[in-house]
Amino acid sequence: MNTEILGIIFMYVLVVALAIPLGRYIGKIFNDENTWLDSIFNPLDNAFYKIGGIDSQQQMTWKQHLMALLTINGLWFLICMFVLTNMSWLPLNPDGNPSMTGDLAFNTSVSFITNTNLQDYSGESGMSYLGQLVLMLWQFISAGCGIAIAAVVFMAMKEKTSETLGNFYRFFVRSCTRILLPLAFVTAIFYVFNGVPMTMEGKDTMISMQGDSVQVSRGPVAGFLAIKQLGTNGGGFFGANSAHPFENPSYATNMVETISIMLIPIAMIFALGYILKRKRLAYIIFGVMTLGFLLLLVPTVISEINGNHAIEKMGITQNMGSMEGKEVRFGSAASAYWAINTTCTSNGSVNAMHDSLTPLSGMFAMLGMMINSFYGGVGVGFLNFYIFMILAVFISSLMVGRTPEFLGKKVEAKEMKIAMIIALLHPFLILVSTSLSSYIFTNNPTEYAGWLANPGNHGFSEMLYQFTSSSANNGSGFEGLGDNTPFWNISTGIVMLMGRYLPIIGPVAIAGILARKKFIPESAGTLKTDTSTFGLMIFAVIALVAALSFFPALTLGPIAEYFSLK
Amino acid sequence: MKTNIFPAIRLTLFCALFFSGIYTVAILGIAKFTPNNGKGQIITQNGKTYYSNIGQSFTQDKYFNSRPSAVNYNAAGSAGSNKGPSNPTYLAEVQARIDTFMVHNPGINKADIPSDLVTASGSGLDPNISVEGAKVQIKRIAKVRNISEEKLLELVDKQTEKPLFGLMGTSKINVLKLNLALENNK
Repeated sequence: MNTEILGIIFMYVLVVALAIPLGRYIGKIFNDENTWLDSIFNPLDNAFYKIGGIDSQQQMTWKQHLMALLTINGLWFLICMFVLTNMSWLPLNPDGNPSMTGDLAFNTSVSFITNTNLQDYSGESGMSYLGQLVLMLWQFISAGCGIAIAAVVFMAMKEKTSETLGNFYRFFVRSCTRILLPLAFVTAIFYVFNGVPMTMEGKDTMISMQGDSVQVSRGPVAGFLAIKQLGTNGGGFFGANSAHPFENPSYATNMVETISIMLIPIAMIFALGYILKRKRLAYIIFGVMTLGFLLLLVPTVISEINGNHAIEKMGITQNMGSMEGKEVRFGSAASAYWAINTTCTSNGSVNAMHDSLTPLSGMFAMLGMMINSFYGGVGVGFLNFYIFMILAVFISSLMVGRTPEFLGKKVEAKEMKIAMIIALLHPFLILVSTSLSSYIFTNNPTEYAGWLANPGNHGFSEMLYQFTSSSANNGSGFEGLGDNTPFWNISTGIVMLMGRYLPIIGPVAIAGILARKKFIPESAGTLKTDTSTFGLMIFAVIALVAALSFFPALTLGPIAEYFSLK
Repeated sequence: MKTNIFPAIRLTLFCALFFSGIYTVAILGIAKFTPNNGKGQIITQNGKTYYSNIGQSFTQDKYFNSRPSAVNYNAAGSAGSNKGPSNPTYLAEVQARIDTFMVHNPGINKADIPSDLVTASGSGLDPNISVEGAKVQIKRIAKVRNISEEKLLELVDKQTEKPLFGLMGTSKINVLKLNLALENNK
């Protein structure tokens, strides 16, 4: 077995091994149990509540939770718009970078408050250090919002009848300070000692050995990088994201960054098991997600290691696999592993350029985002999975002729309607917007020639990928797409907004409605949800609803390209 | 709405102070304890300073050449080529790189050229090449510099960075360090 494969196996084993204790810790945080970090965090949290003017003991209904979330997110959008359109004269701009245009600022603000981090700009030339620090703030608190809202759903799934589900601000502050902050702090320290810059100084000039004068961009990268990886944010400090040697200097930093991507998403599943005291259910969910993850991962790694068939025909050996858009210090296996990590979890950072992935790898990366719940984003990944569980409960109960019940609560027409709308929203957003952009492009290919960097099927994949990434709140891209135009900035902005808030509102509504209902104790007639049979049922629903709706579109893009290379 | 707006404003301001401010300052403070104070790792030779992680454009025959770059090693504008695997223009470009390499390195078998030497990296700043990528250039450099091939091979072996703990990842060569060692070898 070669060292590249060994590296990715080790990364996976390590992330699961770390996620299990972290999940228990997260469970304790939302259950308000004591942890060994209380002596530091109790005073800190109290400062947040006091200065925020919040009564953290006040109980909220599911509607009040949503109102609190939407209000604070709206405020973040306004602040972000102001900073991004005024960066040029605001402080902390040593490189003299310009302010953003209105449409680009709209896209970027939406992108960062929705935890997407799609970037139609390049960090080196399009963002001041103040801008970067403000974006880093959203990377903390938009992730905190996602975890907090998942905590609300966890509370609603408990075995009791309840109108109220805890306090939103309390979940939010505790997510930021007790989960994200310590992890970000520790990994940031690791990064600064391993070659990632952390400085407020601007560009430096270096004379290369061949005598060229080279400008070298720097900045407060390490702090930004740490939370970018942990909060499933993914927006790079530099244009090349974690392929940049300052944002990912070595294989060791690459391992820590890769592990950071999936750590909290996996831990959330075990946190659920701890909070509900249903470990078996957590293991079933973890099993289904892992199965899906592996089904995407294995063919991608094989495809990248085998390299590009067209280059092989030129008589070149590809011992390292497909190397276009990849860095030698990571190699093709670790790059393929990152690609599937980042797309399954709605992270969206990259350590290799996805536009240059071999066709099938590009497809599996897209499928990861289309399903968007194999581990998924911090918090929201579970919400997507929750919808599939509700659907699976309904379908399998009808198959055996029972009243659909989920964790002791009757699932009725209203909840099913919401679940169906949310399940179909994602394919709807992606397919409609991709067909719209294809229509515009094909009507006037000369005027829009700047859109696509590649012709034919791959060009279609670039558009499909962009909207998939937006709707999944992922943020990675086939970056050959010339996306800093009003059309792309505004259209993907709208898709990101709908792809973020509707899939939060839906599951919270369902969970809130279910929580109000009478609890029915488990009996012989109850459909068991913590069995592997039910796990397979969830998997089948995901395959039918999510994967198959995209099959025709994938045929036009990556699948056709794959056969053209044969 | 009203009950939420004031807590939202106050909480956001404090979050900004804490996460953008205090957190950043703390990491900046810790970075002062790293080599070169968190300004990026550097390497100095003959009074000249280079960033050891930032790849440089090496195109001259007397140096070990670095990988192709979509941005010509512009460290203030990193990017990959973003060319798809089936793009005909891209494939023609790769073919041209192979032909150029064959001209500059006579007597080399085409099958010995590793793919990293004819493909552009993700960042455009890749500081590394594969070990095969260095070895395939030895013949040319031996001729240009009049150094024996054995000595160059020794140099390459010395500069080879093994996988992490010998177990994980790739073997690689930092082109800058190899060329600095080559210059020192005179």
